[in-house]
Amino acid sequence: MISGLQLFGRLMLIAIRGQMQYRSAFFLMVLGTLLTSMVQAIGIWALFDRFGSLGVWSVAHVAFLYGTINIVFASVDITARGFDTFGSSLIRTGQFDRVLVRPASAVILVAAREVALHKLGQLLQGILVLTYALITLNIDWTPGRIALYVFAVSSMYAFFYAIQIVRATMSFWTIETLEILNTISHGGMETAQYPMSIYKESFTNFFTYVVPLACVAYFPMVGVLDIPDPLGSTLLTQSLAPLAGFVFFAVCLAFWFYGVKRYQSTGS
Amino acid sequence: MKPFLLHSYLAVVAARFRMLLQYRVAALAGVATQIFWGCIKLMVLGAFYAVAVTTPPMTFTAIVAYVWLGQVLIGLLPWNHDPELQELFTSGGVAYELLRPLDLYWFWFARTLAFRTAPTLLRMIPGVIFAVLVLPMIGLPEWALPPPASIAHGLMFSVSFIATVMLSCAITILITISMFWLIEARGLSTFMYGVVPVFSGMIVPLPLFPDWMQPFLHWQPFRGLCDVPFRIYSGDIPLSMATQEITLQLLWVVVLIAAGYSLISFARVRLVVQGG
Repeated sequence: MISGLQLFGRLMLIAIRGQMQYRSAFFLMVLGTLLTSMVQAIGIWALFDRFGSLGVWSVAHVAFLYGTINIVFASVDITARGFDTFGSSLIRTGQFDRVLVRPASAVILVAAREVALHKLGQLLQGILVLTYALITLNIDWTPGRIALYVFAVSSMYAFFYAIQIVRATMSFWTIETLEILNTISHGGMETAQYPMSIYKESFTNFFTYVVPLACVAYFPMVGVLDIPDPLGSTLLTQSLAPLAGFVFFAVCLAFWFYGVKRYQSTGS
Repeated sequence: MKPFLLHSYLAVVAARFRMLLQYRVAALAGVATQIFWGCIKLMVLGAFYAVAVTTPPMTFTAIVAYVWLGQVLIGLLPWNHDPELQELFTSGGVAYELLRPLDLYWFWFARTLAFRTAPTLLRMIPGVIFAVLVLPMIGLPEWALPPPASIAHGLMFSVSFIATVMLSCAITILITISMFWLIEARGLSTFMYGVVPVFSGMIVPLPLFPDWMQPFLHWQPFRGLCDVPFRIYSGDIPLSMATQEITLQLLWVVVLIAAGYSLISFARVRLVVQGG
């Protein structure tokens, strides 16, 4: 038996090879997502051009947040495509029954079923913006900061992946994929593009204690950027906050297993 | 040229309208998203306004009206096209469309009118209720959608809004017509998805863009989709300027309809029907 991770890698490769059969369509789609994901960046640029700064936050600081979150979000979109289309293509059709009888973990089979390569456009856009931020900011990359950044990015990845899993799990009950959770995933990404300190307190609290978006994105990034947090967090909180992302992931995965156990096929 | 029978076109609008109103659950999800995005936009713009050193070109009340009108009318933006019309091109069904005793342009215009307005209307009502009534009740009156600056502004807004709907339909049909040559409009749709929100003012109100861009932003057609009606509503465009702005909107409507109309007549002569 090969390990789960190996299986995931092998299935992903097959999915990528399949997509690359349509080469010109692939390049056009990448170009398209690059263009459309630029839209938000243009908005941010226009506002900073008009207003100069956002309190302690300069355009480069926000570009740092924006670039990082876009890279992570695009990576999740690329690799969690199987969960994204889970409701419509596996549950509604009854195909999930076939997945369950295979001698491998259903999580991995679902995750590696499809890959959304066209989202590479958004990834590229994130890299461009982040590069601009890094050149402008001149961050002093101490080992501690590098570690915190890597920790935060992986926790952000776990966080957004977990939301995709919850979305998929819900379709055990609703049959179709619920678009409403897009407000948490896409909305969360848009929210985290700007520093959390600019939002209303109740809103920030929701995205800290209920859905730990601020813990995976805002707090550790403040730590890396080394600016005094308007919300008043200390370096210790900033360094420990990303743990919440992994806890969130574990809870969501547990919800998935509960859903699988309760699953009653839709087929006839 | 086929005869222009208004009642036939109205019947097309009514039938499509009833069909599109069936999708209520999807609409509900859309409403929640609109409200969420509206709040985020207001918080972001509010934060910038709070630290502004120089006076911004718009008042914050005008911004609030701009954001909420944009959120509830987002479905009017012409970045996508009727998927059923797309189907006609890939399946070859477009040949049947040419047989109908109606003028193809206005037939599609009627369909598109329903496609643009029915879902928007359905989603608009809860969005407006939230923006007008709920926000003041939960202690955020400064975020609530204000009434039009005056009755006259309200009337002018209605006129401008009709022009907006026409403009949106005229652009949507141009995307549809492009399929005569492209077969698949997904590429063009993606392009429009990037261009339309920026140049209509949906992403950031156009007056907030850099001053050197303003002359260009003023004359381009997408501005008639959001910027003109929303700013007339809030009084940011004074009544003395409103007629002129609406004329510009209508001018674009005429140009784009004429373009679509002649493209259709041109395309049907050399049409290749797909499928067998």
